[in-house]
Amino acid sequence: MTATAPRQGRGRGPAAGAAPESRDRHQAASPPDNGSLLAADSRSADTAAVPAGSSGAALIRRIRPGRAIAIASAALIVAVILGTAIGPADLSVPQVLDAIAVRLPWHPHLAVSALDTAIVWQIRLPRVILGVLVGSMLAGGGAAYQGVFRNPLADPYLLGVAAGAGLGATFVIVSGADPALTPPAAFAGAVVAVALTYLLGASAGRGGEPAGARSATSSMLLAGIAVAAMLTALQTYLQEQHTQILAYVYAWILGGLSAATWSDVWLILPYVAVSAIALLAHRRLLDVLRVGEDEAATLGVNVARLRLAVVVAATLGVAAAVSVSGLIGFVGIIVPHAVRMTAGPSYRVLLPVSMIGGAAFLVLADIVARTAQAPAEVPIGVITALIGGPFFLFVLTSRRARLGL
Amino acid sequence: MLSFDDLTVRYGRVVALDGVSGGVAESEWLGLIGPNGAGKTTLLNAIAQLLASAGNVIIGGQRANGLRRRQLARLIAYVPQRPVLPPDMTVSDYVLLGRTAHIGYLRNETSNDRRVCASVIERLDLRLMAGRQLRAMSGGELQRVVLARALAQEAPVLLLDEPTSALDLGRRMEALELIDEVRRERSLAVLSAIHDLTLAGQFASRLMLLAGGRIAATGPPAEVLREELLGLHFGPAVQVMTADNGDIAVISRRQSRGASTRTSAG
Repeated sequence: MTATAPRQGRGRGPAAGAAPESRDRHQAASPPDNGSLLAADSRSADTAAVPAGSSGAALIRRIRPGRAIAIASAALIVAVILGTAIGPADLSVPQVLDAIAVRLPWHPHLAVSALDTAIVWQIRLPRVILGVLVGSMLAGGGAAYQGVFRNPLADPYLLGVAAGAGLGATFVIVSGADPALTPPAAFAGAVVAVALTYLLGASAGRGGEPAGARSATSSMLLAGIAVAAMLTALQTYLQEQHTQILAYVYAWILGGLSAATWSDVWLILPYVAVSAIALLAHRRLLDVLRVGEDEAATLGVNVARLRLAVVVAATLGVAAAVSVSGLIGFVGIIVPHAVRMTAGPSYRVLLPVSMIGGAAFLVLADIVARTAQAPAEVPIGVITALIGGPFFLFVLTSRRARLGL
Repeated sequence: MLSFDDLTVRYGRVVALDGVSGGVAESEWLGLIGPNGAGKTTLLNAIAQLLASAGNVIIGGQRANGLRRRQLARLIAYVPQRPVLPPDMTVSDYVLLGRTAHIGYLRNETSNDRRVCASVIERLDLRLMAGRQLRAMSGGELQRVVLARALAQEAPVLLLDEPTSALDLGRRMEALELIDEVRRERSLAVLSAIHDLTLAGQFASRLMLLAGGRIAATGPPAEVLREELLGLHFGPAVQVMTADNGDIAVISRRQSRGASTRTSAG
């Protein structure tokens, strides 16, 4: 019962099939002419379950993601505060909040040491904010890919982002160029890999007889596997030719936020913002796509254009995230599924909540990554899998999951 | 309302539809009959522009292949034979999908869209189930839900592919009666593939018999549902009987009952 409560609570108007305890709200919401009818027989659960008033739109409940977004946002705020407060320098939460406030406009007069301010603003905040951006893109991109490819196993690295970024980064490291070039090279590698996959997959799909996009999806997934394999082979070859940089390449591929600076944040922020807005704008169309590509087409969706828009948006954001963080695994697949199982499968809920939840999850994982073996750092990908895995299995085996959600 | 001219569809070397022409007028119900593999679904898919085809499809005076998906979906609503029914989607959310072509790209539904869906849900007696998930619906209820989504499109042409194949005898009759009622109420041009020849004769204004991708016969039910014609395409077991009220029943006679009885006894 507790698990289903949020769904019913989401609707404002009379809801068919609502539990008897929500009867009061039905009465309050029902038009006067039907109110007396309900009042006369208010003990009957059946009566309460009948939507009062046949007039129109109240029957159709809007999907309101507000509650799930509020919960995820609360988790994110807690994660950000913890992420800023926890670290080798022993600062209390009030000290940290003061140190944050002192740099904001219109702050009250506060006695904060310059050192504290520097620790918070130069070391901890950029790392936390970068975690927020990266986590939201990985989880949002994963949710979007799962929707557009109608495949629950899709993750944001599906079309070759990881292999392309890895090759780009390895290339810079091997060539001995300025390390500052690593993010742009990784970004370029990721975008080129996805473009290659997309063009190959789309042209292979077009060879079939349907005018629609029926076979484009599977040929795109297969093209992604082939492109990723080729680029990974190239990357492995480069790496083996230069064994002296092996550890460095390996560390980059494992991913992490330890080198985070404000310039990283500013570098990827535009891509993340554009990507998030574009993905969220397509959330209703991803819901339409849940009935399949052919039916979505007969309902009026240009499936090929939708797929292109979502893939471009997700790729820009994920490639930007990966370029500064390396390849952090598992976030893009478990966060959307955990959200789906707890908040429902509609992309109107799933996309925004995955983004916020992914941000919170990655910030929390990063706290563990840098404190578990302090002063050494555990690779964050290890943490996302080690704490994400059990959490995910818990959600998977919980009551709602058994209902098949 | 809908006309198609010389439609030809090839799957590789196989010609699935071979120069089929016809049309459906406003308020008319054209029933597509024919043996398995005759091209009924292919014809519906070609009209809905889900398949590349040679020939013309004209809806309300406009060539279908020049229309964008949105425009097309406002003219044709399509109920496929096996619709994808996300088990966790509620009835009202599913019906709302029918409004997609009326909602701007990247926009959300308006109160008018919800009003249209609510009235369709009322009309098809789904009001008590509007908040229910599709997983909790019976086959007959799901058929009405899918029809509701199609009606929410407010398109003048309704394509149905075997709309009753999953239903029991009684539900089958109810579903077809309902389609017939909304056809009259909304002056819909209905084109449906119907497997059951008796029901096809009872509900369709005209029948089109497809065989091997071509039109074998077309005309009023009494002209198409003739024993020698049906026997040619469905096999010699077909028997056509006419009831007192003029209804035509098509049944299949078992040829060798005795032989089969002996086999099962032995």
